[in-house]
Amino acid sequence: MVRTRARADTPPARRFSPGDAVRVSDRAVVGHCRTPWYLRGKTGVIASVHGTFRDPETLAYHRPGLPALPLYKVRFRQRDLWGRYAGPPGDELEVDIYEPWLEPTKGRMANGE
Amino acid sequence: MHDDHDHHHDHDDHQHGHAPPQKDHDAGPMSAYEVLEEAVRSLLIEKGVLTAEEIATQVDVMDSRSPALGAKVVARAWTDRTFKKRLIGDTRAALAELDIDIGALAEFRVVENTPEVHNVIVCTLCSCYPKMLLGIPPAWYKSLAYRSRTVVDPRGVLAEFGVAIPEDVTVRVHDSTADLRYIVLPMRPKGTKGWSEDKLAAIITRDCMIGTALPHM
Repeated sequence: MVRTRARADTPPARRFSPGDAVRVSDRAVVGHCRTPWYLRGKTGVIASVHGTFRDPETLAYHRPGLPALPLYKVRFRQRDLWGRYAGPPGDELEVDIYEPWLEPTKGRMANGE
Repeated sequence: MHDDHDHHHDHDDHQHGHAPPQKDHDAGPMSAYEVLEEAVRSLLIEKGVLTAEEIATQVDVMDSRSPALGAKVVARAWTDRTFKKRLIGDTRAALAELDIDIGALAEFRVVENTPEVHNVIVCTLCSCYPKMLLGIPPAWYKSLAYRSRTVVDPRGVLAEFGVAIPEDVTVRVHDSTADLRYIVLPMRPKGTKGWSEDKLAAIITRDCMIGTALPHM
């Protein structure tokens, strides 16, 4: 019955691989966007590749959301996200981020598995 | 119609009970969202996009999902190592083995708690939740407090749930912002050797699969 977010069949070339350090783009956006604000400009590492999914930023406005975008699981160190993270340095946060929001960076290869 | 006559029902001074104590679910004026939902639903039906029967069927599907379903999956993973491997590797296919259809709306991922890592699930953007496996989320999961505090102070939030994670164990928060839905595979408690899947399932609560509780015997 609900068909809008089905996986697309033709995967585009991927820009990143597990272990790559990435920075979340710090650009502003108007409208629907699934990249949380608290991650803008933060550096993490690709933990895994989820596959390709339709673009939620156009899907939200009754468009097909194509071409589908690679979606990554990006791992951050909590200490890199918050100025005063209270927990131990090993604590982590993982978030699913679509490729156009990720930039290559020479940042630390933190916590790559 | 004007309502300017002076016979005014003031229920504060006048409580001899015109209405039963349980309010009718549709008593009172409809909210803007309720009006919108009804308008969109009737338009979809009128235009032949959906039928009323399809909507009722989908409501039944949703109602059939509850934490008991997730508990059954976890209990199977605890007792069958090859199933656990498949569940983590290809969640959709492994769930299909148990006749659980997760639908086309999202993919599922199972994150496994280990002696080194404790996982906890949140959705900061809205309230994405593995409904097809756990049913309707608890109200607190959708609260602004849980959604905003879990990413910045997960150990503080877990402590409020009565869960203390040792400092040498990594707390890994999963912010499910996109097309994936997450469920935590908790660690099987010691002392449950030889338990049947049903007996194990009984100790696997909803919160264990969100990561805000640990299973206890």
